[in-house]
Amino acid sequence: MAKKPLGPVRRAFAPWENPEQQPFIEFRNVTKRFGSFVAVDQLSLKIYQREFHALLGGSGCGKTTLMRMLAGFETPTEGQIFLDGQEITRIPPHRRPVNMMFQSYALFPHLNVEKNIAFGLKQDNLPRSDIKRRVDEMLALVKLEAFAKRKPHQLSGGQRQRVALARSLAKRPKVLLLDEPLAALDKKLREETQIELMNLQEELRMTFLIVTHDQEEAMNLADRISVMNSGHILQVATPGEIYEQPVSRYVADFIGDINFFECKVTGCRPQNGGASITLHSEELGNEIKVKAGHPRMIGDAVTFAIRPEKMRISFEKPLDPSLNTIKGEVWDIAYLGDVSIYHIKVSQGHIVRTIVANTTRLVERPISWEDKVWLSFDAEAGVILSQ
Amino acid sequence: MTKNRKMQNSHHGRRRSWTLIAVPYLWLSIFFLLPFLIVLKISFSEQVLSIPPYAPQMDWSAGWDGFKAMVSHWSLDNYLWLTEDELYLSAYLSSLKIAAIATILTLLIGYPMAYSMAKAPKGLQPLLLVMVILPFWTSFLIRVYAWIGILKNEGLLNQFLQMLGVIDEPLIILNTNIAVYIGIVYSYLPFMVLPLYATLEKLDNTLIEASQDLGCPPSKTFWRVTFPLSKPGIIAGCFLVFIPAVGEFVIPDILGGSETLMIGKTLWVEFFSNRDWPLASAVAVVLLVILIIPILLFQRHQRKSGEVLT
Repeated sequence: MAKKPLGPVRRAFAPWENPEQQPFIEFRNVTKRFGSFVAVDQLSLKIYQREFHALLGGSGCGKTTLMRMLAGFETPTEGQIFLDGQEITRIPPHRRPVNMMFQSYALFPHLNVEKNIAFGLKQDNLPRSDIKRRVDEMLALVKLEAFAKRKPHQLSGGQRQRVALARSLAKRPKVLLLDEPLAALDKKLREETQIELMNLQEELRMTFLIVTHDQEEAMNLADRISVMNSGHILQVATPGEIYEQPVSRYVADFIGDINFFECKVTGCRPQNGGASITLHSEELGNEIKVKAGHPRMIGDAVTFAIRPEKMRISFEKPLDPSLNTIKGEVWDIAYLGDVSIYHIKVSQGHIVRTIVANTTRLVERPISWEDKVWLSFDAEAGVILSQ
Repeated sequence: MTKNRKMQNSHHGRRRSWTLIAVPYLWLSIFFLLPFLIVLKISFSEQVLSIPPYAPQMDWSAGWDGFKAMVSHWSLDNYLWLTEDELYLSAYLSSLKIAAIATILTLLIGYPMAYSMAKAPKGLQPLLLVMVILPFWTSFLIRVYAWIGILKNEGLLNQFLQMLGVIDEPLIILNTNIAVYIGIVYSYLPFMVLPLYATLEKLDNTLIEASQDLGCPPSKTFWRVTFPLSKPGIIAGCFLVFIPAVGEFVIPDILGGSETLMIGKTLWVEFFSNRDWPLASAVAVVLLVILIIPILLFQRHQRKSGEVLT
């Protein structure tokens, strides 16, 4: 593999890098059709024990269907699903060692908090004292001891969310499924709950699978993310890899902000196991030097993608010849408090977005509207995408 | 300024909502409360051979004194008589028993119907609903009469069973309590199915999924989730069947026999055969009181736990 732009990354937990490691959950060539609509298409995915895995994608990408097949609410049209070495493709939901936290929480309105949490435990015919102990444990875990006798409608949204979480954890499932668990919470509560979820997962040493459309949530929570679109997984990787080395234009665009330039490969020579490539962009009217993982054919049409924060902005053209430089004019500035987004109009009228951190409290910006400026970035700052 | 206008608006809105409520209440007062008060008044009178067949009458020309004279002649004799003759007590009890059994039978038949309707494909549900309501398009009386043709000794049911060889002798169903049960269940089934369907149809399917996810097989999920959550529909349906069934007159009269004792029939006999309007009125008033008590209890229960199920 290519030298990673971030340098060596220290990873305590990465079972997916070990080819010997048995997956805990495996989807093998799974297809799900609803009539003529293909929700999940020939999909294979391996998830490892104690992994926090996120299925990320827009609505209708098949992420929820994939999770519902693991829970047993949908049966795959084709393919197999394995859990802990056992095939579960056709096992009904009530016999799967998997519990789900529903997006709507699905708390039983006729039962109080305590009985909601005990619901699954009663099914296991445990002695009453054991159930009581486990329920108390769960109430303590989500800090709802004082609300044990309340009915769901007497709770706030955040409290309901925690009851749902406690209920789905009470049976100590092999896998906890979280279907957009934080979508109904406000931003601040969502961030707090994300931290709680991560701590919980570490503490319980369980495998978590979360479905979300919120890329920040996925990046924040997950060990690995599967980016999905129209029934396929486009990329499975750690948040860092997904952000810095997206495999396609869709993935790059879905996660974070990014600039794309349509380019042609004009030069390519091998370098340090990778390749040093020269691109020409009509839109920019510029050459771009890129250090890439693998070589490209000269004459190929490719997309060069670069994230706004990877570019610098200056009045003078930087002297370092290894840097890529683009001339432009400040078109618009969006002040967001912590950062400002500069929209730079480069030749041919193309707009490039770049982010500058507001490190000083200067109200008067050194760079202002209509200033002639230079954008610069090094050869490792962007990636070349085929699509 | 804006605050002022808002206040005016709410004022205006409140007045409008009052008029909205006033219309049905006016209707109910004129066509329900007023007749009931008349019946109540007659129940305090005594039977006489005249037209109308009760006394005292209100002397309108005497005004307030006439009213006072009438009230001074009122008595509770009719109510006392109801307690003295065992016939009335047993008619009330028998009505309550028949209505209760019929309600349970209707629930047992109506629940699976409503459940499968709610589970049917969405496109099919309007058709199924229409089929439940369709019998209403024919006169109730004619439909009950039609059952005579089915239930009588040489009727369709007996002919069919004899043709199959299930029975040799015709079953005697008509003019028994069984025929009354069949008639009540048949006639009141839509009143059970519709509220049950309304409750089951809006039951959140993710609750069923959550129950299965937590390890409950489908049958247990029904008893632990679906059934308790359909309780409002069950209660509403049972009331809609039980209350009119207690006072039912047509079905026991047409399908029942001499053994069938129901208060509706007793009332009819007192009113039309005996021309004892005051006693018939007393029977009616007591019937109303018997029915109102469980309704009030139910409403209080609803208010207490009402917010739980919404």
